[in-house]
Amino acid sequence: MTKYTPIIGMEVHVELNTNSKMFCGCPAHHFQIKPNTHTCPVCLGLPGALPVPNKKALDWTILIAHAFNCHVNSYFKFDRKHYFYPDLPKGYQISQHDQPISQNGNLILDNGRKIKINRVHLEEDTGKLLHKTIKSKKVSLIDFNRSGVPLVEVVTEPDISSGQEAKEYLKKLRDIIRSLKVSDCDMEKGSMRLEANISLTKDIKKLPNYKVEIKNLNSFKFVDWAINYEIDRQTRLLEKGTIPEQETRGYDSKLKKTFSQRSKEESQDYRYFPEPDIPPMVFSDKEITRIKKQLPTLPEDQVKLLIKNHQINQASARLLVANEHYLQYFQTVVKSIKDIHLSPQKLANMIINKKVNINKTSPKKLISQLANQAQSQISDTPSLTKIINQVLSDNKPAVQSFKKGKTNALGFLIGQIMAQTQGKADPQLARKLLLEKLK
Amino acid sequence: MINIKHIAKLANLTLSPKELKTYTKQLTAILGYIDKLSQINTSQIKPTFQTIDNTTNIWRQDKVKKSLSQKQALSQAKKKFQGYFVAENVFSKTDKKIAAIKDKPRKKLDKYNAVLTQVNSKGKLGHKDLFLTKNIETTAGAKILEGYIPQYSATIVKQLENAGYITKNKLNQDAWAHGSSGENSDFYPTKNPWDLTKVPGGSSSGSAAAVASGMVDIATGTDTCGSIRLPSSFTNTCGLKPTYGALSRYGVIAFASSLDCPGFFAKSVSQLKKVFQQTSQPDSYDAVSQSQARQKKNKTKVKTIGLPKEFFTKGIDKQVKQAVEQAADLFKNKGYKIKQVSLPHSDYSIAAYYVIAPTEASSNLARYDGIRYGNDRQYFGAEAKRRIMLGSFASSAGYTDKYYEQAAKIRTLIIKDFQKAFEKIDVILAPTAPTPAFKLGEKTADPLQMYLMDIYTAPVSLAGLPSLAIPCGFTKNKLPIGMQLIGSRWTEDMLFDLGEQYQQETNYHTLRPNKI
Repeated sequence: MTKYTPIIGMEVHVELNTNSKMFCGCPAHHFQIKPNTHTCPVCLGLPGALPVPNKKALDWTILIAHAFNCHVNSYFKFDRKHYFYPDLPKGYQISQHDQPISQNGNLILDNGRKIKINRVHLEEDTGKLLHKTIKSKKVSLIDFNRSGVPLVEVVTEPDISSGQEAKEYLKKLRDIIRSLKVSDCDMEKGSMRLEANISLTKDIKKLPNYKVEIKNLNSFKFVDWAINYEIDRQTRLLEKGTIPEQETRGYDSKLKKTFSQRSKEESQDYRYFPEPDIPPMVFSDKEITRIKKQLPTLPEDQVKLLIKNHQINQASARLLVANEHYLQYFQTVVKSIKDIHLSPQKLANMIINKKVNINKTSPKKLISQLANQAQSQISDTPSLTKIINQVLSDNKPAVQSFKKGKTNALGFLIGQIMAQTQGKADPQLARKLLLEKLK
Repeated sequence: MINIKHIAKLANLTLSPKELKTYTKQLTAILGYIDKLSQINTSQIKPTFQTIDNTTNIWRQDKVKKSLSQKQALSQAKKKFQGYFVAENVFSKTDKKIAAIKDKPRKKLDKYNAVLTQVNSKGKLGHKDLFLTKNIETTAGAKILEGYIPQYSATIVKQLENAGYITKNKLNQDAWAHGSSGENSDFYPTKNPWDLTKVPGGSSSGSAAAVASGMVDIATGTDTCGSIRLPSSFTNTCGLKPTYGALSRYGVIAFASSLDCPGFFAKSVSQLKKVFQQTSQPDSYDAVSQSQARQKKNKTKVKTIGLPKEFFTKGIDKQVKQAVEQAADLFKNKGYKIKQVSLPHSDYSIAAYYVIAPTEASSNLARYDGIRYGNDRQYFGAEAKRRIMLGSFASSAGYTDKYYEQAAKIRTLIIKDFQKAFEKIDVILAPTAPTPAFKLGEKTADPLQMYLMDIYTAPVSLAGLPSLAIPCGFTKNKLPIGMQLIGSRWTEDMLFDLGEQYQQETNYHTLRPNKI
């Protein structure tokens, strides 16, 4: 039996957190806002309204494109993509078809595999549907607050070969975009949405003649699961000699199953044509380079820098980089690390394991606290030995029970030492010395 | 062979078996005509999708502006629930049945059927009903929008209000500006004040009739392919189709976005000049009005006037030809040089136009789903459905190259024809329509014959050029004849100069229809 190779491509949509929408001046934020209060003639698709593009959204899309090593096109335009759905007010979405902002990028996975990025383009989001039964009639309610929010689409080539790889790709993609501060990439709020295309082949030189698209994947875990489910399902079909149907499938996270949503017969003809209401865009090399210079240190590079500069382990470096607040906190405190008798790795652990509440304790406060502790700590052997001798003679019953094998008596004795020193004893040294005495 | 049911599905139209049959026949005939586009080898030609002087990079800064209130947003929806719009459940969608639409005739307000809504009797300005007027019903001449009360006003409507004009009424038109006669209004056909048995021309039929009959001094109109110029020539009024992009399209219901030009009707060129100067400004709400060539206005003094030979051959009415030639003679006597020029691709302009315009129209009319405002798509009239079907077909998968792309390349050739001509001459003088006004009902059965009325206006529209349409005589039966002065882009001032000179020498434009 020849094993099938999964051929997987990802399509990710990310909402930009600009102040205003893509083609009008309505506020772009829409999460938990009263319905239909952030709309205007443009994003409501009223008769006669016209789109005018948001410059910041163009710049940010180019920035994202740079972060994925894409070629940014000096000439790009918008196109109309037609389909009918109640959440699409104009009956078309302004998107980019044959001349997008950027193409041909890549993202490298930890195993060294390069995932080619087909394109990073800019479009507008749709409204939001809510399905309800009102007076025993099933209806779809529409809120257009989200309609027209700038939406960036990142499409890969079918270079991904497992659910695990897809998950890694997505995490990296999210971390990169977050580091640019252009989107929250929050799947719960819907500002990051995922779609996977999966098919299987025996001959990796040839793309299969079908493709299954999975939508409604709202966590990385579900992407992994859904892909694995599909690989199983398609393998079983292929083994029976059936070619899986070309279709769009949804994912049911409770049943951990994909299910058919739309088959090929109903597949869309989007009737793309150039958006006549928006002149094309021409960006000079100088302008494209100016935007590229705004790129911050990207997460992967940041991880390498942390390891190099502070000798912390890779896992910790990754965790710090994944959380902007952790990283900032670490970087501030680590500058004064010599004053506080702490290794960068220990500091990292403190932050990651939440030994310090970074929201309550400012870096300055933490540094002074640690410095005070370091200064006042009783950490010389003779002084501590004196105190320990005193404690041992005052607590003979406890010493007895420890010797009988009651290990919890040790904790009691250490507690006594700490009490005697008002907590200033170096706990590790005290423990070491105590154990020596008790031998 | 057209898969008509598939096209209807793409177009989101529910058609009866009878309609399916009719449209198959009509579309086949129209596509047969359009096939002439493939006679031209365009392998080396770049397509033209916009005529905006190669303008690029029009954008806005990321600033928040005031939104509509929830109440305003929902005000025109038929169904709403707790701040939401309500649509049929998307999962339980069944095939739509053809329901009989409620057909209550609209009240007639004047004997020409020119007026759809009275606004203020003190006013002297009329608006084509394609212009959105806040809080005043705006229908586009279409049943889908009957009763629609806009939440905002078109930029031009505001500009004119600010300049002190008072709106008297909203004027009838071919629904969605689809038509050359005024007979495609979903309410009633407008009649020509010069002869009530004749059409006033369309699509700005009510605007032409209102100015011709003296109801208003100025009326707005739109010209996508002759919709100002043709009615101007049929009603003895002056009409301006400006350079594409000169006037803001914001708030003017879109027909074919790359061709739509708002403009005006008036009784004299001087009036047109004044109102054009009051409104010709870039609008931050319309990207194509921000052409970077607007400032470089061409101020050449006219020396040479060209007559395009293709416009004086087959199909032109003898009396029309004579009247335009007389106008040329007048200019010659005033010292202008008259030269013959050639616009070799103008014969393809109707075919190109009837690919580009329906494609864009089918897209622009996709928003009318009856959810946020207006009635549902079953309320589209026959002509709108025909054009949506034609456009959906011409832009469907597998046909874009043959139709939309090819038409856009022919458009490039038509633009080049004009550029070449303007190397030799300053202004083109041409007839506006091949014939004077025809009888109501005469051409309604044959859409293609109706489409061919636009033969002299289409090339100008495809090239995005300004054209000033002015009266230049009458037929023996006292029907008006019109001509157009065409310039290169942004040369309105030049056209006004020439038009004013002509109107100093002639009195055609001052004549009024006998009160019948």
